[in-house]
Amino acid sequence: MAIVAQTSKLGTVGRPILAWIVALLFFFPIFWLIFTSFKTDADAVKPEFLFFFTPTLDNYLNMTENYDYWRFATNSVITSVLATAVALFVGIPAAYAMAFNPTRRTKDVLMWMLSTKMLPAAAVLYPMTFLAKGIGLFDTHFVIIIVLALINLPIVVWMLFTYFKEIPKDIIEAGQMDGVNTWGEIKEILIPLAWGGIASTALLCFIFCWNEAYWTVRLTTTDAATLSKLIEGNRAPEGLFFGRLSAVSAAAVGPIVVLGWFCQKQLVQGLTFGAVK
Amino acid sequence: MGRIVLENVVKRFDETEVIPPLDLTIEEGEFAVFVGPSGCGKSTLLRLIAGLEDATAGRVLIDGEDVTEVSPSKRGLAMVFQSYALYPHMTVRKNIAFPMRMAGMSEAEQNERITAAAKSLNLTDYLDRKPGQLSGGQRQRVAIGRAIVREPEAFLFDEPLSNLDAALRVGMRLEISEMHKRLQTTMIYVTHDQVEAMTMADKIVVLQAGVIEQVGSPLELYKTPRNVFVAGFIGSPKMNLLSGVEAAEYDADTIGIRPEHIDISMKSKKGSWEGTVGVAEHLGSDTFIHIHGIPGCDPMTVRAGGDIEVKHGDKIYLSPQAEHIHKFSEDGLRIP
Repeated sequence: MAIVAQTSKLGTVGRPILAWIVALLFFFPIFWLIFTSFKTDADAVKPEFLFFFTPTLDNYLNMTENYDYWRFATNSVITSVLATAVALFVGIPAAYAMAFNPTRRTKDVLMWMLSTKMLPAAAVLYPMTFLAKGIGLFDTHFVIIIVLALINLPIVVWMLFTYFKEIPKDIIEAGQMDGVNTWGEIKEILIPLAWGGIASTALLCFIFCWNEAYWTVRLTTTDAATLSKLIEGNRAPEGLFFGRLSAVSAAAVGPIVVLGWFCQKQLVQGLTFGAVK
Repeated sequence: MGRIVLENVVKRFDETEVIPPLDLTIEEGEFAVFVGPSGCGKSTLLRLIAGLEDATAGRVLIDGEDVTEVSPSKRGLAMVFQSYALYPHMTVRKNIAFPMRMAGMSEAEQNERITAAAKSLNLTDYLDRKPGQLSGGQRQRVAIGRAIVREPEAFLFDEPLSNLDAALRVGMRLEISEMHKRLQTTMIYVTHDQVEAMTMADKIVVLQAGVIEQVGSPLELYKTPRNVFVAGFIGSPKMNLLSGVEAAEYDADTIGIRPEHIDISMKSKKGSWEGTVGVAEHLGSDTFIHIHGIPGCDPMTVRAGGDIEVKHGDKIYLSPQAEHIHKFSEDGLRIP
């Protein structure tokens, strides 16, 4: 008994400390980014101003004229929102079909969908770029929306599938007996019942779309360029302006960090759903 | 309205034949009960009629119209599920209104029918609650209400009382029977409980391994079971089945005698069987005595009067009533 009591005491004190260390470790880059964004470009590279400096808001105040932040931000919002919508529009019926009318091949289809995530993006870089250019869609919102929707579709389908599986089949069948067609089942029964799951899937998909950099950087130049492109585009020619770069980066990740913070509960549920019943 | 015919219906899941070719007619307004042990295919048969399963071969006809390829929503049938299958996100009112809303019925008509159904099912006070706030019995009433308001061609019940406790089950059984008398609509009811089958049915369909063993009224099945399986399945307590020497005396492979058709005595009589009392279950109105030591049937169950006084270890003599002995041949079929 004594040993048990001691261990649990250690656990109650030790675990939160450990959790804090891990959390701080994860948060440090974000913290440093925001910290640096309040330094001038000159101060940012000087070791003597590593911790102690005169904070300035110039980097933020000048951001709009320096970088046209709002254009990039608008593009990010447009592409992420619409790509999430497209992914859900395709993913909900797909997951519905597999959850409620499984065949012998359903598992294989799910595995195949997931396996597409294992394909290195670089392998299809050239085909995709040429294709986009060939059909005149390079640097358009359309191509970014389609690409973002497609790369997130496997995750979306998998997550929705797990949620839908939790809904008793009887309820869907009751709907069929009550005279609803397939679309009615999805609209009247499935979506209201799986609303929480669909919301966390959408949230996660939105975050992935917002953070995506590989394709948004390579398939855009100006018109459809997102915040990822803005950050990427500001590292080279004039040397590294760490202060400005940090400010712009902070402004790029800011919205998503805030969104994530407010939706923590949904996100955690989304990621661990189905792990234990 | 509501005549259901199955013609040569077959159901296979992959290679497993759950229902071999089967023919069955359920007449308009009839209360038909599918009964059988679990896994006998009775629920599958019901789901075939509902359209929730596709028939591998054969035809399903409702009022003479072939509905084999018609989706469940267009067959005009209503179903009550064992799990109630209410829509948890809707209030009782919305649950009941759902099929009418899907059918595009006017709001006034919907309200009228909801009020009537709620009144007959004692749900008036619960219309604005969600299913999660109701007891099992109330939930099942809502499910029935949702089925009634559509005025379907036929009602399908899939073990609707299995999730309820014993007392509630008896009450609901009566309510469903009364509903049938009132509505005169065809009802098909699936259960593994032969008491439910006996008490509710106009027609019982006994199934085993997807095969119909017998179709008939409760009393037909009780009085003239077609084979050993039906004899053993219908009736409570179960019919005593004897084989060997005792059966040979009656020129049969197996003989059956129901517990209520055995006379007991404390003294030996000509042709009586001698046994020892194992357990006596006193129900008040009846006593079920389980008797050991009868060759070919151990234990043998006898139904006696409520005030009989026997105890464990007592010697007892049993005489079957000759006119109630059921004889079966080697292949299990009844010998007339």
